[in-house]
Amino acid sequence: MQREPTHRATTPFWRDERFLQIFGQIIFLFAVFSFGFIIFRNMQSGLEKQGMKLGLSFLQGIAGFDIAELPIEYSRSSSYLQAYTVGLLNTLLVSSIGIFFATILGVILGVARLSKNFIINRLAFIYLEVMRNFSLLVFLIFWYQGLFLKLPKIKQAIIWFDSIYWTNRGIAIPWGLPTASFPTFQLILLSGLVLAVSVFFALQAYANRTGRAPLSTLWSMLTFLVVAAIGWIVMPAKPLEISMPFVKGLNLSGGKIFSPEFMALTSGLVLYTAAFIGEVVRAGILAVSGGQVEAARALGLNGFQTLRLVIFPQALRVIVPPLTSQYLNLTKNSSLAIAIGYPDMFYISGTIINQSGRAVEMIAMVMLTYLTFSLVTSAFMNWYNNKIKLVER
Amino acid sequence: MNQPDTILPPLTERSGILRWLRHNLFGTWLDGLLTVFGLLLIYLAAKGLLTWIFTIAEWDVVVANLRLFMIGQFPLEQVGRLWVGLGFLLFLTGNSLAIWDKRSYIAAILVLAFPLFLAFLPFDSNTRQWLIFLTATGAIGWGLGFSNPQALKKTVVAGWIISLPIIVLLTRGFTDPEAGGAIAIVGTNLWGGLLLTFLLTVVANIFSFPLGLFLALGRRSELPIIRWFSVGYIELVRGVPLITILFMAQLMLPLFVPGGMDIDRVLRAMVGMTLFSAAYLAENVRGGLQAIPKGQFEAAHALGLSGAKTMIFVILPQALRLIIPILVGQFISVFKDTALVAIVGLFDLLGIARTVLSQPEFIGLHREVYAFVSLLYWVLSYAMSYISQRLETSLGIGTR
Repeated sequence: MQREPTHRATTPFWRDERFLQIFGQIIFLFAVFSFGFIIFRNMQSGLEKQGMKLGLSFLQGIAGFDIAELPIEYSRSSSYLQAYTVGLLNTLLVSSIGIFFATILGVILGVARLSKNFIINRLAFIYLEVMRNFSLLVFLIFWYQGLFLKLPKIKQAIIWFDSIYWTNRGIAIPWGLPTASFPTFQLILLSGLVLAVSVFFALQAYANRTGRAPLSTLWSMLTFLVVAAIGWIVMPAKPLEISMPFVKGLNLSGGKIFSPEFMALTSGLVLYTAAFIGEVVRAGILAVSGGQVEAARALGLNGFQTLRLVIFPQALRVIVPPLTSQYLNLTKNSSLAIAIGYPDMFYISGTIINQSGRAVEMIAMVMLTYLTFSLVTSAFMNWYNNKIKLVER
Repeated sequence: MNQPDTILPPLTERSGILRWLRHNLFGTWLDGLLTVFGLLLIYLAAKGLLTWIFTIAEWDVVVANLRLFMIGQFPLEQVGRLWVGLGFLLFLTGNSLAIWDKRSYIAAILVLAFPLFLAFLPFDSNTRQWLIFLTATGAIGWGLGFSNPQALKKTVVAGWIISLPIIVLLTRGFTDPEAGGAIAIVGTNLWGGLLLTFLLTVVANIFSFPLGLFLALGRRSELPIIRWFSVGYIELVRGVPLITILFMAQLMLPLFVPGGMDIDRVLRAMVGMTLFSAAYLAENVRGGLQAIPKGQFEAAHALGLSGAKTMIFVILPQALRLIIPILVGQFISVFKDTALVAIVGLFDLLGIARTVLSQPEFIGLHREVYAFVSLLYWVLSYAMSYISQRLETSLGIGTR
């Protein structure tokens, strides 16, 4: 008689998939950690040889260098942390202005690329093709050195309408300077804003109730403008004084002066990113089915209305995710400021590294800051994308 | 009743130049205005540009420094092997054109005759001989491919794959630099210009490919630790600008390795570019993997293939084929991004442009030099994206 097997055949543990998976991951984790540990120890011993210890306390030290463009108070005797903040604000300034104009130009290009007008269509096509094949850094340097620095000297400045000065030292435009009564005027503006927003929501509520859509945006903007105008007239002293630019010695003075670095960086980023945004917008519009356009036409909407009321709201769903990544690209690309000497976050960090020798800490800080930008922007855009996304059953 | 052979459209819709103009350019008054504006813009831009190119710009600076722009400080007596490497590439190009794009004679003639055309320009006789050699190898490659397309297919693919390491090795050299000779080692500090740009692009792409592949697989893995590691790496690298990574590679890489070990600057830049490009490549590959229907996995499992075999034999071949055009796009963007190494002090195309501008006799010629460098980048990127479009049609991606 044959003997029964004494125990059920089980898979040996070294061939059990569940065990292997966990084991493999532990090995992987171990490898990553030991690799990180070795690198860290090497770095520490290397730094010790240079007589340095990791830490952020150096940020309180005195910076001792000048920065050309200051959105906030800063002087040579300010701390490294303040210098870094200046850079951070400059980066935010360039990115936000860049994103604003790149979006406008990009939408225009995207629409123009689909225009029935042959000339406009070809022009937009050529612009997109040419721009997208440039190397951004080379383009920025060309733009700065070959254009903005080759503008005429102060003495031969190009002057438009007696008020806009184009020189190789910067571009100056008239600007309003706040006077003593400006804070009061700000309060009036704020109340105007509140009123405008409430008008907007009231009209929206009216539209939801009756099904008739008034031009809520237009009316709320008008409200704001009327309040602002009344405030301007009623105020006893003018809240803003117009300051005109003029040439003083070898420098521009008065008005608002934009440095060549700022202009080159911002306009270069706008021109380059707009080409990519244009492609995104074009793809988004093409994704809206042709029937929608025909239906809009049949309802008697004109071209602009079709675009604004029918195509864009639908195209937006396709456009938003790639648009987000273009915005982030622009923000990250603003770090190329270092090549043309605009004091953004990265440029100033480079200076701090040279001054203090704290490469590890500074690079970690810069990376973390950019990473925060990315995460915040993605979070916001995800929220927005969820809001406008098609509600399906 | 007889049907006419061709049905003419109604009189109002027949084409004619005037009608075309009316329809496309002057449909409404706004359209007309835009057309006039556009034409004005074209006229002004063309006039300004042509005037500058032909009367104002001084192109001597480019002509005098052409060798610097192309190969930097690479020693003159070693240049021969670079020509040989280029010849090999042209041979493969001719071969591939004949095999995969047989009908476009014009493209083939344009590509292969280009060096010959250059040979008519006033270069020295040595350069001219090499240029003629290039056209000759290209033509031989084309001829071989044309006569025997089927047999050569695999050889050519293998040729392309090994061409990249071969060219890197040829540039570096083999024998002791003290001894001299045609294949002596040339230090990376002498690599420069377009040569360095090209090598950085190639090396970053070669090494980032396996890394990116593993990261993409890791991101789709069911094992949590591996997945989170991949996600973390990819998002970290994609969240920061390339220049911070290059700075990190320049400043921190020497600290990471044990004391005494020296990593030269070009190698550091290569490591930085590779690490950066791997994250983007991983996302591209992931896109390809996601496009493969679930049935493929299930079928492979039903056939008894293990996880690894499913990936290697079933999923990856399909996924990679889908993303070839995207990979070419990635190659191009790495190529354009290599300009950033100039900021960390290497003498790539842009770095060389800066040194050229610091020569006392060429001070102030920024426009000419940077226009030339931009144009070079532009032409090469455009050529590559054109090839990728051809490849897309030739492979029939999206049509089956």
